[in-house]
Amino acid sequence: MTTDKRHIISILVENEFGSLSRIAGLFSARGYNIHCLSVAPTSDDSISRMTLVTYCNEAKASQLMKQLYKLVDVINVKDLTDETHIEREMLLLKVKSTLKQRDELKRLTDIFRARIIDVTDTTYTIELTGPSEKILAFIDSLGKIKIIEQVRSGALGISRGSESLEIKK
Amino acid sequence: MKLSGSEIIIESLKKEGVEYIFGYPGGAVLHIYDALFAAEKIKHVLVRHEQGATHAADGYARACNKPGVVLVTSGPGITNCVTGIATAHMDSIPMIVISGQVSRQYVGSDAFQEADATGITRPICKHNFLINDRESIAETFRKAFIISTTGRPGPVIIDIPKDLTDPKVKINFEYKKNIKIRSYNIKKSESDEKIKEAAKLICSAKKPMIYAGGGVILGKASNNLVKLTKHLNFPITNTLMGLGAYPSSDKQFLGMLGMHGTYEANMAMHDCDVLLAIGARFDDRVTGDTNQFCPKAKIIHIDIDPSSISKIIEVDHSLIGDTKQILKKLLDHTKHFKKDINKDALSKWWRKINSWQKKKCLSYKKSTKVIKPQSVIETLHKITKGKSFVTSDVGQHQMWVAQYYKFDKPNRWINSGGLGTMGFGLPAAIGAQLAYPREQVLCVTGEASILMCIQELSTCLQYGLPIKIITLNNRYMGMVRQWQEFFYEGRYAMSYMDAIPNFAQLAESFGHIGMVIDKPKDLEKDLTHALSLKNRLVFVDVITDETENVYPMIMSGKGHHEMHLAPSANEDIELA
Ligand SMILES: Cc1ncc(C[n+]2csc(CCOP(=O)(O)OP(=O)(O)O)c2C)c(N)n1
Ligand SMILES: [Mg+2]
Repeated sequence: MTTDKRHIISILVENEFGSLSRIAGLFSARGYNIHCLSVAPTSDDSISRMTLVTYCNEAKASQLMKQLYKLVDVINVKDLTDETHIEREMLLLKVKSTLKQRDELKRLTDIFRARIIDVTDTTYTIELTGPSEKILAFIDSLGKIKIIEQVRSGALGISRGSESLEIKK
Repeated sequence: MKLSGSEIIIESLKKEGVEYIFGYPGGAVLHIYDALFAAEKIKHVLVRHEQGATHAADGYARACNKPGVVLVTSGPGITNCVTGIATAHMDSIPMIVISGQVSRQYVGSDAFQEADATGITRPICKHNFLINDRESIAETFRKAFIISTTGRPGPVIIDIPKDLTDPKVKINFEYKKNIKIRSYNIKKSESDEKIKEAAKLICSAKKPMIYAGGGVILGKASNNLVKLTKHLNFPITNTLMGLGAYPSSDKQFLGMLGMHGTYEANMAMHDCDVLLAIGARFDDRVTGDTNQFCPKAKIIHIDIDPSSISKIIEVDHSLIGDTKQILKKLLDHTKHFKKDINKDALSKWWRKINSWQKKKCLSYKKSTKVIKPQSVIETLHKITKGKSFVTSDVGQHQMWVAQYYKFDKPNRWINSGGLGTMGFGLPAAIGAQLAYPREQVLCVTGEASILMCIQELSTCLQYGLPIKIITLNNRYMGMVRQWQEFFYEGRYAMSYMDAIPNFAQLAESFGHIGMVIDKPKDLEKDLTHALSLKNRLVFVDVITDETENVYPMIMSGKGHHEMHLAPSANEDIELA
């Protein structure tokens, strides 16, 4: 048995009733976890694109790709993990921000190129995009600052260069 | 042509060449039933429980390789179908299930007889649809038939809200046969290069073995399988689902493999150096311990479903596509490499196999006092000359049919292999008998299994189906008792069938003929008589030895070479 590894998978799927639950159901029925998942329509609004992250070994990953492809609604799938690709995730974070903490928060958001998008007299809401590691590093850097709410989009992935996920199945 | 939604459904079914619908009415499908009333070409078979409808449609499909069609109402109608849909799905059987749904305005409101049909069936079918508008009914039906019958077949459910079937609202009807489903594409065949490579590998074998499963039958590839196997003079085994794909009476046939397979088939699997797997899925009942599976073999796998490849066992070479086509091309290519086959090695291999065959692993102790279950199947085979369609339920009786009724043709053996559904046998026999009204259809069952869908005896009377039901009545859930004997120190928890009905009388009360056979000396005579009663359903309750076990057996976690033979089997033959 090889060890589990992070896989980031792109899926093009018919934007139809039940497509999402078919995919989610496949994961639970076959014993895979979904670490994170994001879905939205593409430029062709009859097709949705999904990016999904899961942890499993190579054999299970290759079986997963085949099982996904076998779903009638799925138009195409690709495991981006082993090819050069770009990943981005968005974080929305509401933190407690007392007068004393404001400078520190401002400095951290600058360092991470995050943005403060909403302010109250006791809170800051911060937006950050980047690879998942950067998101995690930012959250870590907050130290004692109290997080009130944390929303992450889950990873989005796209391959580098002219490669694209074809619609033709 | 302007038609209502219900009429579109019926017309679509006609365009697909459907002859039978197995169904049960209810509120949400009454408009459809009304349209069906007027339809002449399609015959509706009224079952007595929706599970029966799914198994009957399934049995029909298995017997004649055409999709079985089911029509049921919303709520309990479709939930009663769950077991039958899952049964068909596990064995890749083409089936269309049409279920009524509450009208669109009530969907999601917990309306009377509302159930989330697509949600419930999603993990147990190849695909399902909830129709949302009248205009898409015809196209959805076409898509459903394409998906259900092509590639690796399977059940497809179409859930249709009642308001869409309203007879008063009519729309234009056109049935386009050629439609493309962009997200659904089947790989038909493999490149010549890959097939040639496989042919070369096959012909390099010194100890070859062919392992063929239900995919050969579903792919209508039996003839090509026989040609290839004969051409190569290789030994062959069939899975439980593949029985009949290769004639059992042929000398190259080693019997079934797996948990209750023959000694020679399993030993040959363990020892072979090249394994050709065709339309088989390396099920755990076949492989035994996967770490010890065919340890010396290079494996070639032919299958229509890419996700079957290397799912359980890592294979060396795969050919993805239609089994029939690939086998034909493979045969052509092996003709080039046949000269490379090492004839001496092959005859040595056959000598070894013959020595395993001398074990006579299917021999059993005969008796003049109690009826041995194996002898019932052998007698049935003798009387019917092995030509019947035989359905079964699940348990010991199922394994004995698989072992002793030597099927020579595909589609004759109809059983629930993947899901192992008790209750399958009788309704499946209904489907098979309707597909082939003039053929002999036997349902070999157990006294426990038959009670799970016994109500279908009533259906048999209504449609005059002359099925012959034979129970191997051992007063036990025999397969459960066997496991309790082996693995639970003989604590027979809940496996004794107390309060068994008088089956002969039961059958009579349903309007059929009932018989009991309890003496070995009567067996052949009485069975012959029962089977000769044309036009009538006969329920033959055969009282069999309650202590008999199914052998050979590979205990779980063991390899093919570690099988247990019957205590009575010939032990003094040298293990090669
Ligand atoms: C619906 C269902 N429930 C439970 C089982 C588990 N099971 C497998 S074999 C068996 C006993 C079958 O008894 P019987 O029909 O008398 O057949 P026998 O083994 O005695 O030949 C049971 C309970 C099953 N396969 N299907
Ligand atoms: Mg029994």
